[in-house]
Amino acid sequence: MLDIFDILGPVMVGPSSSHTAGAVRIGNMARTLLGGEPRTARILLHGSFAETGRGHGTDRALIAGLMGLKPDDLDIPNSFEMAAERGLEFSFETVSLRDAHPNTAVLEVEDGDGHSLKMQAASIGGGRIRVDRLNDVDVQFTGAYNTLIIRSLDISGELADVTRELSRRKINIANMSLCRSKRGGAVLMVIETDQAVPPVVRTLIAELPGVARLTYYEKEAE
Amino acid sequence: MLDSMEEIFQKIEQTGKPFWEVVLDADMEERQVTREASLEKMRRTWLAMLEADDTYRADRRSVSGLVGGDGRKMRDYAAEGDTICGDFLSEVIAVALCTGESNACMRKIVAAPTAGACGVLPAVLISIWRQGRTPEEEIVKTMYVAAGIGAVVSYRACIAGAAGGCQAEIGTASAMAAGALTALRGGTPEQIGHAVAMALKNLLGLICDPVAGLVEVPCVKRNVVGAVNAVSCADMALAGIKSRIPVDQVIECMGDVGRRLPVEFRETALGGLAVTPFGQQVKEQMEKRDS
Repeated sequence: MLDIFDILGPVMVGPSSSHTAGAVRIGNMARTLLGGEPRTARILLHGSFAETGRGHGTDRALIAGLMGLKPDDLDIPNSFEMAAERGLEFSFETVSLRDAHPNTAVLEVEDGDGHSLKMQAASIGGGRIRVDRLNDVDVQFTGAYNTLIIRSLDISGELADVTRELSRRKINIANMSLCRSKRGGAVLMVIETDQAVPPVVRTLIAELPGVARLTYYEKEAE
Repeated sequence: MLDSMEEIFQKIEQTGKPFWEVVLDADMEERQVTREASLEKMRRTWLAMLEADDTYRADRRSVSGLVGGDGRKMRDYAAEGDTICGDFLSEVIAVALCTGESNACMRKIVAAPTAGACGVLPAVLISIWRQGRTPEEEIVKTMYVAAGIGAVVSYRACIAGAAGGCQAEIGTASAMAAGALTALRGGTPEQIGHAVAMALKNLLGLICDPVAGLVEVPCVKRNVVGAVNAVSCADMALAGIKSRIPVDQVIECMGDVGRRLPVEFRETALGGLAVTPFGQQVKEQMEKRDS
């Protein structure tokens, strides 16, 4: 069964749950996974996002999400002005992707500290989203859970070390995936958890040998 | 968990609990939350519906400029006291318009089940509540009835215009509102089922044909038809009138009709009102403005 608050909800700024609320969440996810204040953003819109996105405020919604706004924030329509004040430069282009959901955006974002992120995500209905690619690696997660994104070296035992830290704190893993671009290359771990992962646990994991970078998305508060 | 109306009826029978509480139990189980936490979230959802109506302003306009101000017109007209449909239905119409317009103008609303259909449920609940005969607590409880109905439709059919046309959005919202109203007035589970079935049947086949692809025309006014339909179906059910076709079969049928709707009639803006000369003209204007 769907969460009944996906039926009566979300509480959101209109006009479209997939084109507006979902777009805010996509922007927000990119901001979180970048791990810093975005300074530049190149945004590619695909399918219905490209065709009717502007009329639904998809462009403003994506930028609002990048600025950290939530889907029910009445400032969403003013996000371009906010971005100008806070020094975020952005551009929009349309793109035709293969095998992508009709409501898909690709966000290439950078903060001022040398971090960058490329994320492809889709708005899959009712304001729910799904991240499909991260830095050119196929992934699949939704933000419906607390989510750890860990980039690590391709060495044996790395995953066991990470999950051990979680189990010590009685943090249950709901879904998990492990992908690498090539043997010996960078590995991307996506771990969705039932419980929130406290900062101390995140620090312990981030300091494990072999972990290059950890970002964390905490699911929206009830 | 709540995969059919029949299953809800059986749970009501087994547990002796009312409809709304069966849905509450399902939510507590699904999200692993306490009864209080679930009720509090539902209460906040109700307050968000109220706020959308309370903060309505007639001078706001949508992106295309086509939507705005009609909710106020309806209220002003009703205030003169000479409507055809009477005070209650006039208020239902006004709230449906105000909420739908607020959505189109990028204000805060509650998707129920979608943003495009956000005016239907508040239209009936807020109007009943403003009559002053129903405590807020009862309204919040009855929202579980609406949510349970929506969850079943979502599972057995669909609730997105892109998947099943407007019948999936306004039709589902209308069925949710009809069931909620019936419950609020003390209807039996069977009567709730009949109200849901009748509401959905009446809107079967309704296409999704938004002008320029925007949630504006004809979406806002279709919220009115969904709400008024819900009121009439709830009253019919409470009068003892039955849907000849069982409710789960009607829901299945809506999904089937939705799947067989040509893609032109499923939110693509390639058919229906979207391709009338006026609709095309709006689309061209929007494109010119964007480039």
